[in-house]
Amino acid sequence: MMYLKSAYEIRDKYMRKDMLPTIFCPGCGIGSALQFTLRAIDDLGLNQDEIVWVSGIGCSSRVPGFVNFDGLHTTHGRALAFATGIKLTNPDLRIIAFMGDGDAAAIGGNHLIHAIRRNLDVTVILINNFTYGMTGGQVAPTTLKGLRGTTAPYGQFENPFDIAQLAVSAGANYVARWSVFNYLQGMNSIKKALQKEGFTLVEFLSPCPVSFGRRNRMKTSPELLRWYQKITVPLAKAKKMKPEELEGKIVIGEFVDRDRPGLVREYEAYKKRAKKMMGWEE
Amino acid sequence: MRYPFPVGKSDFIQGDEAVARAAILAGCRFYAGYPITPASEIFEAMALYMPLVDGVSIQMEDEIASIAAIIGASWAGAKAMTATSGPGFSLMQENLGYAIMTETPIVVVNMMRGGPSTGQPTFPAQGDIMQAIWGTHGDHMLIVLSPSTVQEAFDFTIRAFNLAEKYRTPVVLLGDAELAHMRERVYIPNPDEIEITYRKLPRNEEEAKLPFGDPHGDGVPPMPIFGKGYRTYVTGLTHDEHGRPRTVEPEVHQRLISRIFRKILDHRDEIISYETFELDDAEIAIISTGIVSRSAIRAVKILRERGVKAGLLKLHTIWPFDFEVIEELAERVRKIYVPEMNMGQLYHLVREGANGKADVELIAKIGGEVHTPMEIAERVVG
Repeated sequence: MMYLKSAYEIRDKYMRKDMLPTIFCPGCGIGSALQFTLRAIDDLGLNQDEIVWVSGIGCSSRVPGFVNFDGLHTTHGRALAFATGIKLTNPDLRIIAFMGDGDAAAIGGNHLIHAIRRNLDVTVILINNFTYGMTGGQVAPTTLKGLRGTTAPYGQFENPFDIAQLAVSAGANYVARWSVFNYLQGMNSIKKALQKEGFTLVEFLSPCPVSFGRRNRMKTSPELLRWYQKITVPLAKAKKMKPEELEGKIVIGEFVDRDRPGLVREYEAYKKRAKKMMGWEE
Repeated sequence: MRYPFPVGKSDFIQGDEAVARAAILAGCRFYAGYPITPASEIFEAMALYMPLVDGVSIQMEDEIASIAAIIGASWAGAKAMTATSGPGFSLMQENLGYAIMTETPIVVVNMMRGGPSTGQPTFPAQGDIMQAIWGTHGDHMLIVLSPSTVQEAFDFTIRAFNLAEKYRTPVVLLGDAELAHMRERVYIPNPDEIEITYRKLPRNEEEAKLPFGDPHGDGVPPMPIFGKGYRTYVTGLTHDEHGRPRTVEPEVHQRLISRIFRKILDHRDEIISYETFELDDAEIAIISTGIVSRSAIRAVKILRERGVKAGLLKLHTIWPFDFEVIEELAERVRKIYVPEMNMGQLYHLVREGANGKADVELIAKIGGEVHTPMEIAERVVG
């Protein structure tokens, strides 16, 4: 059996006691995604001292402060740019980036696509709650059309980004999307992601009842989870559906799993090439 | 250790190239950048050298990412640098503040060009003096150095790394387009001729638990770099000695920011450096920094030939600023002239230092040409 450890055991092993309680609101999904990640680390038996957590700004970006690892809580949207420096300086460090949808896809959108293009060796846990939770429920680049936020009080009029598809197109090695309701699939995806070279991303639809649900007639977390069940379609089923049937739906599943060389390996090869070209090495 | 350029002898190179070579000799092993005139040649030299010395040179998607990457590299243990010009320097300001707040040693080079906005990409200016000092938001302290020759560009780059490492702070090296592209003879020393500083690392578990404390009483905490098992948490939020966010306690913020000021201001004597020419008996003082100092030196000679007792104070460190030395000078000279390639920036600092004890006159010049010595001399003669 795989998941025998209690949540308390996981907490005591991996969380900073002096930082608890977390800042997360009741019903928030970030704690679930965090637990999946910690359990994945535990199951894989990864060395706690060889992992660095990086983040930008937002609710999910506070996660590195609660876990007992090296952590860099940076500026809004820039986590992956900081991660590039850490990883290339010390390739032995494994990097986990905890990001929100606004952080990753709006202010950090350019860093995201370029980190993926480079195939930076990093695992991104992307918390998608369709909103800016920390600042009080503004619309995000992921907010589905018609949903409300404080900066589009009459319903979002822009098209949303599909972050997972964006990551696939930009060249990520592994991309999956689940809701935090998909406990086992989510955890297994993180485990897969953590074992891979190059850029890996696991997106979680994650309830934010306080800033998002409340404004969209879903005041509690269970209501949001039920809504996820309604709007999500597993990949296998989606493949058989017509585009018009998929309107307003979010496809979940594993979108890509490939093994292109990561940035670290590419740079090591580049260094060798440089030395060879300059006659420093045979 | 093998170097990809000759050491222990002189060479005839550009200011940009001198900065790159100095960085390599200072131990810099991570460079991230984005192309921009007139700093691209620094990047191009780093791109050529870094892979050969087992370092990293990487082109990022913009200047925001460039400074972010070097901060990350620094926390992973590398000495790290980026270089840019005005537009890129503006983009870097937020993360420059992050480096100050998290006490991350980095070197940021700004080869100034005419601004604002895209301005005059290939022409020199000194319009970013105030931005280098005050560009990022909030109360902050950092070090700004300003070279005037290619040799100084080399020497000050090494000094920039040493100061950054010693005081766990970002250091800005403020050059200009003229210096960046000008070729001069430079002595590139042997590595054993150079004094190199590396940041303090924690000596034990106790020190490692205080990455933002003051265990040595000098205001500079040891830096528990990543991957050593210290489990350090670094945040741009106001934090306590252990690095824990404490954003609603006024005394925590006060203590942190005061220490960041103190660790630099308490060591001003070591950080501040300047040179004087003919200043001992001077009745007229010229105060300048960077490229303009070259013309100012010549102006002093011209004035002396004409019987005017002029002297020059050439500032190498422009932040922290030596207000005292300006005040002492103001007490014994009749008038102070400040030639600079902007509409008046250093001038305001000098006026504050002079404290009303001498008249201070600005010799502003913009448009992309350095003051000629005669332009300065004629203003003094009147």
